Amino acid sequence: MIEIGTVLPEKVFYLDRALLKQYADASGDQNPIHQNEEFALSVGLPNVIAHGMLTMALVGKYVSDFADGAANVLEYGARFVKPVIVPAGEKVDLTVAATVSEVVDGKISLTLSATSAGVKVLGMAKAVVRT
Amino acid sequence: MLNPDSVGRTFAGTDSITISQSEIDSFCAVIGESDTQVAPPTFTIRITLSQFEAFLTQPDVGLDWSRLVHGDQKFEIFSPVKAGDVLTCDATIESYRVAAGNEIVSVRSDLHRAGAVVVSAWSTLVVRA
Repeated sequence: MIEIGTVLPEKVFYLDRALLKQYADASGDQNPIHQNEEFALSVGLPNVIAHGMLTMALVGKYVSDFADGAANVLEYGARFVKPVIVPAGEKVDLTVAATVSEVVDGKISLTLSATSAGVKVLGMAKAVVRT
Repeated sequence: MLNPDSVGRTFAGTDSITISQSEIDSFCAVIGESDTQVAPPTFTIRITLSQFEAFLTQPDVGLDWSRLVHGDQKFEIFSPVKAGDVLTCDATIESYRVAAGNEIVSVRSDLHRAGAVVVSAWSTLVVRA
């Protein structure tokens, strides 16, 4: 039973440098801060960081799964509050969970949470899906 | 710095964009999506970000794309995007402010299919001081 306050199961995605390269190619966003450690450090970042939109795409997959398909996702938004840091040779987590915040007229609203290494990476993350 | 006179301007993308199954497949593969019948919810960023770059870096607008970070992003999806869709994109600079030397630009894009809006997207872009 889905009602306001229902907590959805957590899902963990893993990101590594190869996934960042794959997303760069799939999205067309070849900004070197997502691939080149030397460049990332030179612009004051702690290391290579994931594309915010990759984080959002993975959380979007969580939303699509809940909605029984991407075709049922009506709205989806988030603020990029902290980067997902992806050191060379490591797989870092993106841990996603959600709470139902509204159920009305065949639509369900979700409040999403996304953390990496225990740090909140998305803020104000919300989605509306068709039931 | 962005030319403040640009706020409120709408830029129409001249070229139509045909969505291929292979680009949907590539995007789905990254996120582990096995259903490739429709594009994932954030797929259209592939179109809108490059359109924003083209519009916002025009000399009379003047945004410095090289120091850009993404502040937030929202999508409203009226009709899912599928392979074979022929889309056009327009973009509007909705607001602009400078805070602590950072430029904060809010841009909206609308993707149209046969005259109807299929996806509206709002992006806040930040040019770091």
